[in-house]
Order: sequence, then structure tokens, then C-alpha cells
Amino acid sequence: MSYSTKVLDHYENPRNVGTFGKEDEGVATGMVGAPACGDVMKLQIKVNKDGVIEDAKFKTYGCGSAIASSSLVTEWVKGKTLDEALTIKNTQIAEELALPPVKIHCSVLAEDAIKAAVADYKARHGEMQGEMVETAACKG
Amino acid sequence: MNFDFSKNHFELLGITPAYQIDLIRLEQTYRDIQSQVHPDKFAHLNDAERRLSMQWSTQANEAYQTLRHPLNRARYLLHLNGFELHEETNTAMSPAFLMQQMEWREAIGEARAAKDTSELEHLSSKLRADVQAQQQQLAGLLDSDKDFEKAAQVVRELKFMEKLREEINYALEALEA
Repeated sequence: MSYSTKVLDHYENPRNVGTFGKEDEGVATGMVGAPACGDVMKLQIKVNKDGVIEDAKFKTYGCGSAIASSSLVTEWVKGKTLDEALTIKNTQIAEELALPPVKIHCSVLAEDAIKAAVADYKARHGEMQGEMVETAACKG
Repeated sequence: MNFDFSKNHFELLGITPAYQIDLIRLEQTYRDIQSQVHPDKFAHLNDAERRLSMQWSTQANEAYQTLRHPLNRARYLLHLNGFELHEETNTAMSPAFLMQQMEWREAIGEARAAKDTSELEHLSSKLRADVQAQQQQLAGLLDSDKDFEKAAQVVRELKFMEKLREEINYALEALEA
């Protein structure tokens, strides 16, 4: 199986790799994992006072497609509000990176990482409990 | 030969559905079936009969491959009880478990970068102990407690641990090369 040019680009030059300080203001973390391949993904977002994601970082242990998917979403979520970030769908990620069917779960992982990070932010800031419950239920 | 294609893997191989099974008996039954449906024995049969026995042989092979591997067996048992793992789409593992996975991956990566074979071997034996403990827990959940929900979670965790084992082996192979 060969990787698409875009996957290779993100894999070779991953954007926004790293970790924010745990105590940094406005930082929330989403951790997800895919049993299918044993990949683990950590996505952190830094949200400003206006509720806009101003920065994002990731750390992913997985295949090229998983790394590319997480690298891509760190770029996509920047400048978005939390609710806008939640509209990012795995199908968009898969399409952008031209992922083959066997690698679709990598894009699912990245979408779920965004949801988990947003849920973590909302939990820390005590907002919209209802929506959090819904997010958790979707994954069950 | 009586072909009943509606049999599940356990029935086909004459094993009581459980996680803890008699592997010697499993292999025995499998070999018996394969010897009965071996293509050489059917030279005198017509095409339809030959095709049936080939299908039967394929089915027995699939049953055997599924049941002899602990994780595949657990996944199949869960499936029979109406529980699917959704390995591709269920990404909601406990944060503590995922954090641990990250730490394992980091430790393996560091040991590999430092070419520290003894550390990798230490991690490998630690992982083996962890996996054994998990498998024991799984046996209790599947065979005694019948807590399939919890068992599915343990199987998902074991999938990650299988990946760790692969990573450690790759690292060791890379250092030996």
C-alpha cells in the first residue's frame, strides 16, 4: 500500500507536534485510541477567552496515516470556535489525505480526538453538560 | 460425511463455547475433520460432492484459526453473545489506560533510541506479565461472570498490548540487525 503525497508530507513534516504545559490557561486534552491497530493519539487545544482555538498540539503513536490525520486536524482546528471544531468530520480528513479504506479508522481517531479535547475543555469550564453526555454516548 | 454449514465454530469442532478450552482436543478434532475431507479421498466423488467437502474443509480451517488464538477466540465468543468490539470506530478507552499506553510507547522509543537492549527486554517481560494478568481476568469475565461488556473492554485493551509487543519486537530486531 502506498501513501498519498499529502500523507507523506504530514508524516515527514508533522505540524504542531508536542505538548502544552498542563497548567497553561485554556488548555484541554483529548486522548483516544483505536483497538484495531493499537494506535494512541493525544490532541491538545489552547482556547482563548473568546472561545476560539488559538493553538493546537498533538502526539500520536501510530502509522503514517494516524500521524498525518492528527497533524492535519491541528491545522484545521486553529482559528475555529469549539462548536466549529466539532463539525470536522472524519470523512473530510480521509478525503483530504486520500486515505484508503483500511486507514479510515485513523481519520475516525482524529475526529474523536477533537471531540474528546472539546469535551475536556467544556468539562473543565463547567459548560454545556448536556452536550458532553451526548458526545460520550456517541462513542459507546 | 454430514455437512452442516449452520454450525458455529465451537460446534463444528466439538468444543463447549468458552474462553478456556482444551487446545489439544481442538487440534485433534480439527485434524480428524481435515483427514476426512482431504481432497485425495474424494477422487471418486462427483464435482458437487467435492465442492462441498472443500467448503467444509475451509470452514473447519477458519474455525480452527479463530479458536486457537486467545484474542480471536474471545472476540468470537463475544460475537456469539451479541457483543461486538467495534475496533475500528470505538476510540473511547479510559484516559488512564491511554496515558499508560503513551508512557509505554515513550519508554520503548527511548530504549530503542538509546540502543538499550536490556531495557527493552525488561519492558518485554513486564508486558508479558501484564498480558497474563489481563488474560486471567478475561477468563473470569467470559467463563464465570459472563460480564461481556467488561470482557469486551479487556479485549480492546489487550489489542493495544499486542501492539506494544510488536513494537518491542521490532525495536529488538532493529538493534540486533
